Order: sequence, then structure tokens, then C-alpha cells
Amino acid sequence: MLDKVWADHEVGEELLYVDLHLVHEVTSAQAFEGLRLAGRRVRRPDRTLATADHNVPTGPGDPDELSRVQLAALDTNCAEFGVRLYALGHRRQGVVHVIGPELGVTQPGMTIVCGDSHTSTHGAFGALAFGIGTSEVEHVLATQTLPQRRPRTMRISYAGALGAGCTAKDIILGTIGQIGTDGAAGHVIEYAGAAIQGLSMEGRMTIANMSIEAGGRAGMIAPDDTTFAYLEGRPGAPADFDVAVERWRGYPSDPDAVFDREVTVELAGVAPQVSWGTNPSQVAPITGAVPEPGDETDERALAYMGLTAGTPLQEITVDRVFLGSCTNARIEDLRAAAEVVRGRRVSAGVRAMVVPGSTQVKAQAESEGLDAVFRDAGFEWRGAGCSMCLGMNPDILQPGERCASTSNRNFEGRQGAGGRTHLMSPAMAAAAAVTGRLADVRELVA
Amino acid sequence: MRAVTVVSGPVAALDRASVDTDQIIPKQFLKRIERTGFGEFLFFDWMKDPAFPLHRPEFAAAPILATGRNFGCGSSREHAAWALQESGFQAIIAESFGDIFQTNCSKNGLLTVALPAADVRELIDSAPAPAAVDLEAQTVTLPSGRAVSFDVDPSVRERLLHGWDDIALTERRAAEIDRYEAERERAGPNVLAL
Repeated sequence: MLDKVWADHEVGEELLYVDLHLVHEVTSAQAFEGLRLAGRRVRRPDRTLATADHNVPTGPGDPDELSRVQLAALDTNCAEFGVRLYALGHRRQGVVHVIGPELGVTQPGMTIVCGDSHTSTHGAFGALAFGIGTSEVEHVLATQTLPQRRPRTMRISYAGALGAGCTAKDIILGTIGQIGTDGAAGHVIEYAGAAIQGLSMEGRMTIANMSIEAGGRAGMIAPDDTTFAYLEGRPGAPADFDVAVERWRGYPSDPDAVFDREVTVELAGVAPQVSWGTNPSQVAPITGAVPEPGDETDERALAYMGLTAGTPLQEITVDRVFLGSCTNARIEDLRAAAEVVRGRRVSAGVRAMVVPGSTQVKAQAESEGLDAVFRDAGFEWRGAGCSMCLGMNPDILQPGERCASTSNRNFEGRQGAGGRTHLMSPAMAAAAAVTGRLADVRELVA
Repeated sequence: MRAVTVVSGPVAALDRASVDTDQIIPKQFLKRIERTGFGEFLFFDWMKDPAFPLHRPEFAAAPILATGRNFGCGSSREHAAWALQESGFQAIIAESFGDIFQTNCSKNGLLTVALPAADVRELIDSAPAPAAVDLEAQTVTLPSGRAVSFDVDPSVRERLLHGWDDIALTERRAAEIDRYEAERERAGPNVLAL
């Protein structure tokens, strides 16, 4: 699949054409300034789409002065260079990796880049999508291309069926736990197997999203009828949809395709996963305990997390719950969490919030009454943005606070200096909210 | 970008694996819209610990950082490369690097050199003993005097050695891009039509 998409986009030796360039406020200002200083223009504004997400407030109150300047710079830059911007307040604003797919501009066989490492999300559609730095953002704005050497390929094949209460998040956390945070370094991952084909697009996006947490350059999933059904009727979908589908059917890897690396992951018997450390490979089944440290990295992680080896995971209490991020803030994620929360209350002493992935996801959830389910249970219901996934806006943990989070990174200080993050699925985060501790969601839903 | 050929001098050691870019430069410092002003916030949270290795006075002027595998994993923030460079580092030596971080460094003339674990260990254990990275020869001279070779993408090497501007290089290939767009470009998505 990678070879086919690559061949389609090779302008010349080691130069790759970019079909879609997504832009946000935090990694673009210096790139636009570079264009300005060099007297360059944006080569293809029609293939460039911007939104404000990383540094926007999701609750009442205005952004701080530096944030306001950064958001204003995006407004000015997009206006000056003719780039379509969905700014704060626009009905299509949202986390960049949520709005691309929901607008239908993310399509099979495309090359997609963005100044954000979770650009790998779009690979769920059979696109080659990867994160880039600000210098590369400037390069793409100016030339619509990137100098690239073809990465190696790695297929992760899933065997067996996913157990009850387990989700795409548990698949990917378990996978990273198995191969490590640099297990896919230098490779584009292709996720394969019946369990992957059985996932919704939301689930596939959760998996592709976290490719970067395994060190992967990108992650791809073969486009199929589920993909096409998701895209049909969306605003950015091709006008000649049936013709496009015929072409898209050609992208999946051929049966005899050869990969540079092959890994198999067994799903049978897998329990819901939670992270216990400070990188996404430090995970364990919820039925287990905090493991004995294997090396210095583990020891540092346990000290930072304030955990002792041998403690059953379900005895760990939480202060905060965050339902959000480009990993798990799509409508299906909110539905899964609401299913657990319905008729229950957020545990005393726990502060829980829902940050929908986009303004459209928020509207959809409200039309289904999910906001009422969350609010009635004691959750805060917020506006769309990256929020506490990276804590650039005021949504942060206080030092020592412990958070059950549906996001993608449990790095030290990621959600706020001194904050302690446990990664898990939306249903598991909901279970943590209503029990006040890391809990096995399978015991809450029959 | 300035041309880079040789980086030599004392080695600072940070003996930790999988140092992510969130540690190199935390998010609260990503609000600036300039390319400068990040150096003082390098390893901001870790610097609060008086025992953090980079506080050691003998590392203060080191142009080379030796560190654990998978350095610079995580977020794509180029601010991490800017912060390291502004703090005086000109070369980073580790067993491996995060892909995006490594590319970001190359765009700014900050060398990233991947060496076998044993050689990195020698650098870390003997820090601040000086070493030298020679990009032209593709060798690192360890404090013991032993020279080890390293791999580098030939086009990246060429660009760094000459200090060439990437965008200007690609602009010279405008005819190729024009031809691609005329002959092979796939329709859509035209986001301006949304």
C-alpha cells in the first residue's frame, strides 16, 4: 500500500507531492513568517486547510495574551496567504485530525502532512499521512512538496478476536506495550487482520493516531467499504464518488506484498489496557498490578507516577478524568463513554471533563442528548480543542494530580507539570470517573 | 542555514532513554511566534532539580550532547531543536532518534549522529572529555582517540555541508513540480470550494 501511494506522488527523485496540508496555530507562525521574509507565496492554497485547536480555550474566559497573539497570527497569515481557516467559533473548527476526516478531505491514497506528530491519524483511510516540523511546513507551503526518502514498511497483523469491553485503544496500547516506543522507528506501519477490518473508522483512527507513539513514521489501514461509506456524502468527498471508489479499491496491499518487517499481535485474552508509567509502552491489563521495574527508565517512571510495584491497578485512585484528544474524542468515543456514565455520578472528589474533538462532534453529541448524560453525571461539557491532551490552554493538571485520560501521551508533565497521566479508552475513562479509581469497565456494563 | 563541517569540544551527558520533546521544551513555551527565545527553557521541568546533569559546570560550554536511545521522540515541535541549538548544542549523539526530531534538527544545522550503544556509552561515561564530529569524513573521534564512522543521508549531508536552503533547492525543481501537477496530479480535495 505504501509503495502504491508513494509511486503516485513521486514528483522526481526523493521529492514527494503533498495532496493535503493541514495547518494549526502552534507550528505555523514561523513558517508563514519565513515565506514573508523570502517573498514567497503559498503554492496551493486550495490544498491547504487551517484550524485553531492546540491553544484555544475550551471553557469560559479569554486566552492569555501570548495565546491571543498566536491565534491572531494564524488569522492574519491565513488571510494574507489565502488559506481557508476554520477559526474558533466556526462551526467546522476542531482538532485538526478530527476535522479532516469529518469534512471528507482525508481520502484514500492521498499524501497528507501537518505540523503535528498525530497526523498519522489520517492513515486510517489508507492515506500516507505524517507529522512534520515547522521548517517542513514552510517547505510545503512554498512548494507543495517535501524532500523524502522512502521509509521501510512494517506490517502488524492481529490474530484472534477482541474481547468484550475492549476497544481500538486497547489494541494500540497493547501493541505499543509489545513493540516499544521505538518499535516502529523508520517504518510506515500497516495494520492488518480481521480485527482491524471489523473496526469502525473512528476505531481505525484511534489506532493509526498512536503509530507515532510506537515511533512509526506513519500508520496505514487498507481502505474498504467501511471507509467508503464513512466518506460518502461528506462535504469534501469527490463529486464523482463512484469513480473515486473504484480507484481507491486499488490501494490495499496485494496478497503477495512483501514488508521489511512483520509482527503479529495476539488479541485473544487481551483485557482493557491502562498505562502505569511515563511513556505509552508502559502499559498493563487492568486486571494486573503495577509491574516490577525492568530498568532505570521504569524506576524513574514509577517514582514520577508515585506508584509502588505490586499495587493492583484497580486500587489506584484518580483526581481528574479527561475525555478528549485527536485519539479519542469522536462521536463514537463519546457514545461509548456515555453508555458507561448513564445513570451514574462522577465519584466525589473527581473532576471530570469532556472536550469533544470538533465543534461538529459537539453538535452531534448534543443532538443525541449525550451532553445531558455527561452533565447530569457531573462532567464538565466543553468546547472543541486539544485541551488537556497537551495542556497549552488553561486545562492542566496540578502537580501530583492523577488523571484517567483518553489522550495519547503520558509523558512527564504532558498534562501539566507534575501531573500523572494514565492512558486508557473512553469507556475505561468513564469507568474511572464514576468509581474514582482505575476500574475494569467490564464490571460496570453487562 | 550556516554550513556545518566539524563540531568539536566537551561532551555533556544526559544518560536517559527515550527523552521526548515535551521534556526538551514543555508546551507552555510553544506560544511564541518567533524562532528564537527557547534556549532558556530547555529541559525546563528537569532543570528545577539541582541534581539534573546539565547543571554540571563542566557541561556548560559543551557543543556536543551524548544521550540515550530514541532521543527526541514524541511531538513534532521544532522548538525542541531550536531550544537545544540556542543553548549551544551543535551536535547530538545517541543510539537512535525520533524521526521527526531528527529531520527538524537537519533543517537547522543541528547534527544528529547515531552511534552503536557501546560508543555512546563511552562518550557518556567519559563526559565531559572532548570529542569531535566530522560530517565531511562521517566520523566521530571519541575521547580515547578512536574514530568511529556514522551513517548520514547523502542529500542531508550535502545540504548541511554547504548550508543550503532546502526550499531554494526544491524551487530549482519547479519545472518537475509543474509537470507533475499538469500530468499526474489527482483531483481534489479543493478545500477552497468547501
